[in-house]
Amino acid sequence: MIRLEHVTKIFAGITAVDAVDLEVGAGEVCVLLGPSGCGKTTTMKMINRLIEPTSGKIFVDGRDTAAVDEVTLRRSIGYVIQQIGLFPNKTVEDNICVVPDLLGHDRRQSRKRAAELLDMVNLDPGIFLKRYPKELSGGQQQRVGVVRALAADPPVLLMDEPFGAIDPINREVIQDEFMKLQAALKKTVVFVSHDIDEAVKMASRVAIFRAGRLIQYDTPDNILAHPIDSFVADFVGSDRTLKRLRLLRVADAMVGDPPMVRAEDALDTAARLMAERGHVSIVMVGPRGRARGFVRLDAAQGRPGMVGENHEKLPCIINIRDDLRTAVSQMFMHDLTWLACVDDDGFYRGYVTQRGITHLLGATYRDR
Amino acid sequence: MTASVAEAGAGHRTWRGIVLLAVFGLGIWAQASGIVPAILRYREDIVYLARQHMTLVAMSGGIAIVIGIPLGILIARSRIPFLGPAIGQVINLGTTIPTLAILALAMTVLGLGTPSAVFGLAVLTLLPIMLNTVAGLKSVPAPLIEAARGMGMTRAQILVKVELPNAMFVILAGIRTALAINVGTVPLAFLIGGGGLGELIFTGIDLMEPGLLLAGAIPTALLAVLVDIAVGQLQYWLVPRGVNPLR
Amino acid sequence: METLRFAIDNWSVIAVRTGEHLSLVSVAVVLAIITGVPIGILITQNRAWADRVLYAAAIVMTIPSVALFGMLIPLFSPIGYGIGYLPAVIALILYSQLPIIRNTYTAIMNIDPSLREAARGMGMTPLQRLREVELPIALPVIVNGVRNAVVLNIAIATIATYIGAGGLGTFISRGISQTDFRQLVTGAVAVSVLAIVADLSLVYLQRRLTSPGLR
Repeated sequence: MIRLEHVTKIFAGITAVDAVDLEVGAGEVCVLLGPSGCGKTTTMKMINRLIEPTSGKIFVDGRDTAAVDEVTLRRSIGYVIQQIGLFPNKTVEDNICVVPDLLGHDRRQSRKRAAELLDMVNLDPGIFLKRYPKELSGGQQQRVGVVRALAADPPVLLMDEPFGAIDPINREVIQDEFMKLQAALKKTVVFVSHDIDEAVKMASRVAIFRAGRLIQYDTPDNILAHPIDSFVADFVGSDRTLKRLRLLRVADAMVGDPPMVRAEDALDTAARLMAERGHVSIVMVGPRGRARGFVRLDAAQGRPGMVGENHEKLPCIINIRDDLRTAVSQMFMHDLTWLACVDDDGFYRGYVTQRGITHLLGATYRDR
Repeated sequence: MTASVAEAGAGHRTWRGIVLLAVFGLGIWAQASGIVPAILRYREDIVYLARQHMTLVAMSGGIAIVIGIPLGILIARSRIPFLGPAIGQVINLGTTIPTLAILALAMTVLGLGTPSAVFGLAVLTLLPIMLNTVAGLKSVPAPLIEAARGMGMTRAQILVKVELPNAMFVILAGIRTALAINVGTVPLAFLIGGGGLGELIFTGIDLMEPGLLLAGAIPTALLAVLVDIAVGQLQYWLVPRGVNPLR
Repeated sequence: METLRFAIDNWSVIAVRTGEHLSLVSVAVVLAIITGVPIGILITQNRAWADRVLYAAAIVMTIPSVALFGMLIPLFSPIGYGIGYLPAVIALILYSQLPIIRNTYTAIMNIDPSLREAARGMGMTPLQRLREVELPIALPVIVNGVRNAVVLNIAIATIATYIGAGGLGTFISRGISQTDFRQLVTGAVAVSVLAIVADLSLVYLQRRLTSPGLR
């Protein structure tokens, strides 16, 4: 969808961008990542020709950007900046509809779409359409900024550190919302960031820049698992393996089809099942299969009685859709080596162990 | 980078060249049309009236400064909440009243002659000076005053050692503007019997004598520029380097 | 008192003079806006020219109004318009340039640069950006400049009577020369009221023209 061929930018003797080749597929989120001054913002700004390349070509949807009039080009590309840049003299509605109005779209249509988009970012159109930017919080303003970029339904979206000016708590929220939006709209996004965590969270692929050159371009997991040189390894951080935990779900590390006992089962049965599998704990479920508690091996072995009267409460359970980082946090918090995994309805689906998780992460290392 | 600096230098040189040419051309035209000798004919009058002119400026300006700054200080530091905005409104209203009207009204009270001229001019000059004093004092950063209080300075000490030095630049800017306007307004004082270079200007208009007119107008303009430069220099040298944006 | 009686008896003359005064001021201000605002916009593009233009306008301000009137008379006598309306209007236009140009320039320069970047990135041409973003935001300050110019002009137009342009200053000048208290006070009060009313009206206009998002 977007292709950069050998793009270079030289400012008064300084090479800001050095022969960058990059390709972003349709519907992908490409995060340009790197330290200050690495050329990532300059590269992005050459896509909508806010900065003209010194040499090289850029193609959007197969067409050479240099062949199109720059104003027309920019109206077909959404643009979101860090300082948000909502026009204070216009209402939220008019701000959103700036580009559709410039393009001469039917006013009623564009107003309707504005309302729909606001709804998608959890801002009630009834309240917010007629408000002015100064009446909005920073997070609300930037949501409107993103909506404004999408109003004319451009296929491509360029975002220059869009969430940088927002406080960390709201930043998480708005990142999540953007990802939901992206899942629904499937735009091709080029996103500049200097935050590795943000990149890991949001990107389909990450492009690491250094001193104007593209060093590594790969999926977040691959970059974390296999940084191409020491610069990238340092940049992503020495805790990069922990960062990968965010990218994996409990379901990926879970052992399914687990052994379980019911309240009416005997402790003997529990002990036998544990011995068969070599486990030291077993989960007790209710009549329909919901996790209710657990029994330890040393409490069950050789003891009379039923599971129902001799079980312990589960200190914590984890949802199969949670990421492994949350799972590991819970394990550390409760001093556990394993966790019971349930689905949204509470049914016991399997368990994860610390061992299983480290094994999963290590798998890619062993692949190589 | 160097290319544009050279361009700017060239631009400045071109501009200076044009101005020089214009002044030269003006000089030739002046000479040719006999203006310069015409003006010089009134040399003695110019000197005499200029002295009168500046006396008026000095008197009215002096009164304006002596009354305006203390009043400004009072208003800025006043604890009465509505006083500031109320006086502010009155001052603003005062600045909208046309100059001639003020002079004329002064005349109704004090009659023709120097007193009413000085009074009227003083009122006119007072307002901008007061406004700037208030603005200058209000713009002193609150942390400075708090630090001074914390150190144990009395209110008077804070005023003299902290607030005034910090506000001095703005206050002097107000005086500068006010005095320049004052010089330009004195010609009107002639109409109410106050004297000054206005005599040459108005007579020049009445008699359709450009020479006479310019003999009054050019010195007035020059005096205004001189006063502006003089107070500007005062502003540059009097205000300590730390608070002086020009140094 | 007798001044009031005088004023009521001569209200038609007062009206005529007010009309003359207003005509001088409004024509001058409108023309000054037409020249001043575009110049103010243009000089935002070039710092060097901005300094020169603002300096030139400031120099005009130091010339005493009477003097400027006086200098324009010989300029226009050859074409028969030496006295009266024309030199007065020209002088008023010149005096209005500084407040209008300076306020336009300052207002536009003070606009947050990120707004310009957003506008450019979205695909607005410079003209569209001016129309949709920069001018609406700069408008309150520009109107403030116009307001200053109007008040200044009303004051200067009072003096224009001395070059035969009429206006409310006539009452004042006659009042002085004929030592007629009533005429003098009538003129002074009338022109003061005019100035205050104009000032307040323009404050109101400024509020109306400011987008609610900017207040």
